[in-house]
Amino acid sequence: MKNGAALPIIRIDDLTKSFGKEEALQHLSVDLPKGQIIGLVGPDGAGKTTLIRLLAALMLPSSGQITINGFDTVKEAEKIHNSIGYMPQRFGLYEDLTVMQNLVLYADLNGVMGEERKKVFEQLLSFTGLSPFTKRLAGNLSGGMKQKLGLACTLIRKPDVLLLDEPSVGVDPISRRELWKMIQGLAAEGISIIWSTIYLDEAEKCSRVLLLNEGKMLFNGPPSEMTDKMKGRVFLVPKEKRADLVEIVNREDVVDATIQGADIRVVTKESHPFAKGKPVKPRFEDAFIDLLGGSPKGKSKLAENAPEVANDHEFVIKVENLTKKFGDFTAVDSISFQVKKGEIFGLLGPNGAGKSTTFKMLCGLLKITSGKATVYGKSLIDAPAEAREHIGYMAQKFSLYGDMSVLQNLQFFSGVYNLEGEKQKTAIEQMIEIFNFEPYLDSPAKELPLGYKQRLGLACAVMHHPEILFLDEPTSGVDPITRREFWNHINGLVEKGTTIIVTTHFMDEAENCDRIGLIFQGKIVTIGAPDELKKKAKTEQNPDPTLEDAFIYLVEGHG
Amino acid sequence: MVNPRRLKALIVKEFHQIVRDVSSILICVVLPTVLLILYGFGVSLDFKNMKIGLVMEDTAPDAQSFVKALVDSRYFNVDIGRDRKRIEQDVVDGKLLGMVVIPSYFSQFRERTDKIAPIQVIADGTNPNTASFVQNYVDAAFEGWLQQQYYESGWRGQLLIDPQIRYWFNESLDSRYFILPGSLAITMTLIGALLTALVIAREWERGTMESLMATSVTSSEIMLGKLLSYFILGMVSFILSIFFTIFAFGVPLRGSLLALMLSGAVFLFTALGLGLLISTLAKNQFVASQAALNAAFLPSYMLSGFLFEISSMPVPIQWMTYAIPARYFVSCLQTLFLAGNIWPLILKNIAIMFGIALIFYAILVKKMVKRLD
Amino acid sequence: MINSRLLSLVKKEFIAIWRDKKSRFVLIAPPLLQLFIFAFAATLDVTNISLGILNRDNGEKGFLLTEKFYGAPYFTHVTFLKSDEEIAPFMNEQKGMMVLSIEPLFSKNLDSGDHASVELILDGRKSNTTQIIAGYATQIIREFAQDVAHREEIPQQPIALVPRYWFNPNQLYQWFTVPGLLGILTLVEAVILSALSIAREKEMGTFDQLLVSPLLPSEILIGKALPACLIALIEGTVILIAAVTFFQIPFTGSLLFFYASMLLFILSIIGIGLFLSVLCSTQQQAILGAFVILSPSVLLSGFATPIENMPQWMQTITYIVPLRYFLIISRGVFLKDLPIHVILNNLWPLVIIGAVNLTGAALFFRRRLQ
Repeated sequence: MKNGAALPIIRIDDLTKSFGKEEALQHLSVDLPKGQIIGLVGPDGAGKTTLIRLLAALMLPSSGQITINGFDTVKEAEKIHNSIGYMPQRFGLYEDLTVMQNLVLYADLNGVMGEERKKVFEQLLSFTGLSPFTKRLAGNLSGGMKQKLGLACTLIRKPDVLLLDEPSVGVDPISRRELWKMIQGLAAEGISIIWSTIYLDEAEKCSRVLLLNEGKMLFNGPPSEMTDKMKGRVFLVPKEKRADLVEIVNREDVVDATIQGADIRVVTKESHPFAKGKPVKPRFEDAFIDLLGGSPKGKSKLAENAPEVANDHEFVIKVENLTKKFGDFTAVDSISFQVKKGEIFGLLGPNGAGKSTTFKMLCGLLKITSGKATVYGKSLIDAPAEAREHIGYMAQKFSLYGDMSVLQNLQFFSGVYNLEGEKQKTAIEQMIEIFNFEPYLDSPAKELPLGYKQRLGLACAVMHHPEILFLDEPTSGVDPITRREFWNHINGLVEKGTTIIVTTHFMDEAENCDRIGLIFQGKIVTIGAPDELKKKAKTEQNPDPTLEDAFIYLVEGHG
Repeated sequence: MVNPRRLKALIVKEFHQIVRDVSSILICVVLPTVLLILYGFGVSLDFKNMKIGLVMEDTAPDAQSFVKALVDSRYFNVDIGRDRKRIEQDVVDGKLLGMVVIPSYFSQFRERTDKIAPIQVIADGTNPNTASFVQNYVDAAFEGWLQQQYYESGWRGQLLIDPQIRYWFNESLDSRYFILPGSLAITMTLIGALLTALVIAREWERGTMESLMATSVTSSEIMLGKLLSYFILGMVSFILSIFFTIFAFGVPLRGSLLALMLSGAVFLFTALGLGLLISTLAKNQFVASQAALNAAFLPSYMLSGFLFEISSMPVPIQWMTYAIPARYFVSCLQTLFLAGNIWPLILKNIAIMFGIALIFYAILVKKMVKRLD
Repeated sequence: MINSRLLSLVKKEFIAIWRDKKSRFVLIAPPLLQLFIFAFAATLDVTNISLGILNRDNGEKGFLLTEKFYGAPYFTHVTFLKSDEEIAPFMNEQKGMMVLSIEPLFSKNLDSGDHASVELILDGRKSNTTQIIAGYATQIIREFAQDVAHREEIPQQPIALVPRYWFNPNQLYQWFTVPGLLGILTLVEAVILSALSIAREKEMGTFDQLLVSPLLPSEILIGKALPACLIALIEGTVILIAAVTFFQIPFTGSLLFFYASMLLFILSIIGIGLFLSVLCSTQQQAILGAFVILSPSVLLSGFATPIENMPQWMQTITYIVPLRYFLIISRGVFLKDLPIHVILNNLWPLVIIGAVNLTGAALFFRRRLQ
């Protein structure tokens, strides 16, 4: 292959972008080579979308310069629009138009006509597997199919550079793999691809990775370069109880520790053996955490302050043949599972699988079509107000009152959960101390950094010391460090007897759960502990499967 | 600059969306129809069967024929009573719009040559407009009655001068004939400003605008695509409203359909410009709808002259009305329906509307950049 | 009933409304602006009339008549036309609303004790206004005729009408409009606040949080209704003060009953708004819905055009328009010292409408969750 000495297709030169006082990107300089898949990685708020929009010539840099294929994004924006493909984060498909109508629209807009158009459509439709759905309204496609359609529209005119902003978020793992295959095929044809993602495991598949955090570029190079640094520093230690995690994390020589099924994954400061630890291959995430300074230490004060949950129900939550239909569409199809007291149960599945719908039925927010969902033996739809005092709920995207200050949010939620007078004051003060809200007390919630929003969401959900916590995608988009802190709190609460039921599409996060229910297209595929599920997917080619591998394996009908 | 193929694609897309979107249909079809019915029947300044009281404190044989004239009048529904207090209370309670009193000294005065015998006409002044009509119609009945008396008794006086009153353009004095044409301006404003404002803001919110911008399409094409699509929709709605007005309500169209179309097209062009401008600046449906209601709809209702006479407003407010396109359109509409093709008036109004449109579009072009920041 | 949950919710509502720039804007700017502009614009008053005069008479009396018109306060713009041919363009192009045409033999006829005639040509495109103008003009002509008769000692008719205007002796249009605007602006405010309240939470995603919490649906509705009610009352009060001080409109009736009426009116409206909010999932839908409800309400309420002029079937429809009742009360209490029994007569329909709507909102509250 040529490459090495070839001219870079994208040059970014001392790029800075500010929005008012906030600096979204700071002094970025990088050259990106042609024909490769370049991963743009980092948590929400790192600046990935801003960078991509700048590359797409849809924003002006505050200072610095970007050239693509020799064209400057400021002065020659038109030429750039004619040679790139851009798929925004929320790709705006025209939901009122059919698949074919969307494709035709983009073909017309990009000047792909006649014979060429026929060929391209055929290719794209088979590529994406959408041929049988041409007449369906785009709004009625599943999440994965929508992404594929979005990609198809972007690819109608073969671009030189393809910019993809988080194309795989929430998409089911099978579709995600298919998307990757498609992209790899395109790269082989010489198209340069920039793929932005929050999933660190995707970064490993790219030929090159740009790691962004808070507007700064922390790393630029092949992912292996980063992971190799961690050789000999990663171990799996068997876990007896959750408290072990806290103990290990607080050790001097440990950089990071997370739960992985029945083990604890430990990353050490230097390359030396770890007691009782089995050495394993390092992952990109290990390197990322190391680069950012390691996992937060200390114990969860939240858990310390929480009272022990005293009740002797064995099964706190029971779901039997739960079904939900919206007209003809069955969102949840006869699901059954049970959650034990003091357990963390996870509903794991891609967007649109039915997790939120199940959750909402459990919480009494949606009417059940058939079946039963009970908490402590009672259905929440009919539950008197007092019964709800035992439940805490953290909705997607944290659902805080954005215009109200942190303090006002805390006051409201505590008041609504019947905390008054002294009790209320104490509860609020505790939260402020545990989560460090002091500097942000009067700031409107919507202006908080994402990590603080999550903390506020959690605080508001637990002030009344609920016995059961419902967490709906509680860590969406948050950076890995804050995520660890969060799970620290959760694990601590569970030690005290709180029962937790959580939904997520982050396969790796599900490792924290005691048991997982894999849910796909409205049905439960299987239920079991993370390790059990992984074991089921063990094959010769893949002796050490991840949860994602297990998910795909099980969904495709094996085991 | 503008590629016809891309433009056509955008227009086709727009129509696909319109067909499937409830709010478009609501605003373009349902609302105009409902409003037309309301304006046609509900908004009327034609007074008939006005309830008034009549107190005869004196039997006054002289005035009996006048009383009869009032009772027979189609404008009035007369409640004759002897008890003045009760009738007065009815006026206060709002049951009667006024009362006519033949006072106790009426016949006395009639017998004296140096006095004029009065008949009191008391109107409930709460609504000055209604009160004026009560007075005017009683007055007209009185005048008619006097004419009769003249032949019999030789009275003259105020009858010396005979005013011949002619109403041009709306001889039957049906208030609907002037309210309905004017109301078309309101419905066109709804479509032009409100609908467009929402539709573009929606593209921003749903993210489709961002995807469009990354293609070769230019921002002028995007605007033109919306403009043409809603122009077509608006004209269709306009034509339907015109036919409804003419055939369901019988309003005459004395001018030419062509002139009507022309002024409608220019007004729609202006209203769309306003709508596009609002939505480009607002980017958010909530703000867009607020702005459209306040900046487009309310002024066209209150300040366009369709119901409330502009010359009667205080001068500073009259100046404000010069900036409102609906004002010019209302004038065209009322003229074309009731008078005919008065070209100097029509052309002048069209020119001004066009000028305002150009201002909107100039600002629009400046603000429309294919950028996200 | 009143517990800490409810109080927290009410407090939160106030904070949220105040701190959301968009709500704040909607709350303050438009109503005040609208009050002052519409109080003056929404008038069926007739002043500043443009008049054309064609005097074909050569004598003194013709001249005197023209003088009388020229000097009259209503006719502010007078154009003297020179010939018959000028009338049509003048009227067609709306250069004036009326043309007074005096016949050539006017003075001669009057001098010899005969009838004389004048022609009044009026623009029917503005039939309401011009009928009133015809009234003014006839008045002026009649006075002139009586003058002439008096001087020439021609017998006058011995009976005359004596017009009086009760409650608004100077026929000031604002005395009618402003009490009406009080109703309309309070209506708009109450509807928008209540319609947006639940829809906003749904859009932000916080509605689920409320439903999961110990709050009862009825508590949520009350928690949303109270702040909207209070704010609308405050606005009503501000307009009331402006009416009495700035517009100098007399307030002759019972303040207590007026407030009671305003409160019931607002509650009935809030019922409608909450109903709407429960049905809509976005704020924009709620605003459109509010608009669809508001425009017919205003048209049918008797604000600008009397209900009595509507066909009977339409008058029956107006019985469900809350604004209709409030306008009667408002205007009555300001200008007529409206008797209590009439106020009560107009209040019980408001109570019924309010009850029906609030119940509807409560019922649909849970139904919508599917």
